[in-house]
Amino acid sequence: MSSLLQVKNLQVAYGGIHAVKGIDLDIQQGELVALIGANGAGKTTTLKTLVGMIKPAGGEILYQGQPTAKLPSYAYVSQGLAMVPEGRGIFSRLTVEENLQMGAYTRNDKAGIPQDLERIYHLFPRLKERQKQLAGTLSGGEQQMVAMGRAMMSRPKLLLLDEPSMGLAPIIVQKIFEIIRMIAAEGVTMLLVEQNAKLALQTANRGYVMESGKITLADTAANLLANERIQHAYLGD
Amino acid sequence: MDIFLQQIINGLVIGSIYALIALGYTMVYGIMQLINFAHGEIVMFGAMVTITCINVLVGNHISLPGPLMLVAGLVMAIPVSMLLGFAIERIAYRPLRRAPRLAPLITAIGVSIVLQQVASLIWGRSYRPFPNILPQTVHNFFGAAITDLQVAIIILAIVLMGALFFMIERTRLGRAMRATAQNPEVAGLMGVNINSIISMTFVTGSALGAVAGVMVAANYDQAHPYMGFLIGLKAFTAAVLGGIGNLQGAVLGGITLGIIESLGSGYLGDLTGGFLGSNYKDIFAFLVLILVLVFRPSGLLGERVAERA
Repeated sequence: MSSLLQVKNLQVAYGGIHAVKGIDLDIQQGELVALIGANGAGKTTTLKTLVGMIKPAGGEILYQGQPTAKLPSYAYVSQGLAMVPEGRGIFSRLTVEENLQMGAYTRNDKAGIPQDLERIYHLFPRLKERQKQLAGTLSGGEQQMVAMGRAMMSRPKLLLLDEPSMGLAPIIVQKIFEIIRMIAAEGVTMLLVEQNAKLALQTANRGYVMESGKITLADTAANLLANERIQHAYLGD
Repeated sequence: MDIFLQQIINGLVIGSIYALIALGYTMVYGIMQLINFAHGEIVMFGAMVTITCINVLVGNHISLPGPLMLVAGLVMAIPVSMLLGFAIERIAYRPLRRAPRLAPLITAIGVSIVLQQVASLIWGRSYRPFPNILPQTVHNFFGAAITDLQVAIIILAIVLMGALFFMIERTRLGRAMRATAQNPEVAGLMGVNINSIISMTFVTGSALGAVAGVMVAANYDQAHPYMGFLIGLKAFTAAVLGGIGNLQGAVLGGITLGIIESLGSGYLGDLTGGFLGSNYKDIFAFLVLILVLVFRPSGLLGERVAERA
């Protein structure tokens, strides 16, 4: 196994707040890693920095061994770095299919795109039924499927998921996590930020715990689930 | 002669021109919520460059058929206006991308004034007649008169709008434009280079503006460095009437405004017992603007503003 993403002493100041205060992350090829923590711990800021939406104030990000600092923000996705943003960020006045095609915006293999569209529709039959519908008219769960399908259309090597369960009914959350496992089974490396720490750790191989801009604990998911302090603080046991 | 039908025809002609210009306003607004008040000057440059080109051709005794000379002028004018639109965005608006919204708006008015002055330095402050190169054939259309030029304006406007709608709705670039207008941050996440999409939007709108400028000049037989102000303000009114940010709205607003203005000026004398003549036709555009802003600020096809996150 080799590191797909290495983060060294990353610091981010965002909106006048020192949101990320020197964190280290190491994500191996093929892993599903959870990043858990309370609201305002800096999780979303971390993800946004990893995909170039925010420029770091210090530290280093190595993706496939290369520093990403000089990459313009629009070039990340063609390097295989994709994100499903918090709140899904779908294009509400584009159709479902157009949303998915936006995911493949930077791809040059014209022939592969229809194939991947079919693959996404196979994964999400619900989206196939609604392919010509404006994405804004879909339910929250369906919109989450659009956002995930759209990210998959870029054929990511590393997929960052920001709060995929946010605002969704429990039964839909189960469905979304089923899909996360399916995507992982296809060999896509993932970093998952999630409020629902229990579900996240049950799904992931490893986990990081973030508190006030710092990583306070890093361990296997099983160990974190068994950790008393984590149980008390995040798992509600 | 049937005055009603005649005014409808005139209204359709000027309305198509307003629509082409209004598209430029509305595209830019849709993508960056900016009223590009310098758009009228881009239209003016299109007209002035074309007239200059035709005069150079005529002056050098290059005798081509009139329509071909007009095309030659357009071939020069369109790139000039496109370049101008590109440069305006790059120099004046891009540095203000994150500034409060009033800053780029004031800048737009400043750019407009600068371009007027530059044009009057190049071409002088006087009216330039449109060279008399086009056939003046008049056709009888159910009792109303319509010229070849008017027919050509309407057809060309329809073709250009069709091409624009195809580009926006059916191509990868158009999809990226719509995505950027709705959510630039996420569009960037998809790998869209937002800066180049914004540039493309200005360039496309400017190309339409250049053609519209030539249409205005040919239709009214003249052009001058300050023409952009009034025509720009009217097209802006058309864009607001249709619902700013909405492309179909710009077309609908343009045609509607053209017809209102044309009918209004045709009957203004009768309506006021001869007190106001058709030279007061400009009041209609601004009456419409005020009424829309008071009673339906979102315009005819406008969307709920809250949808923009």
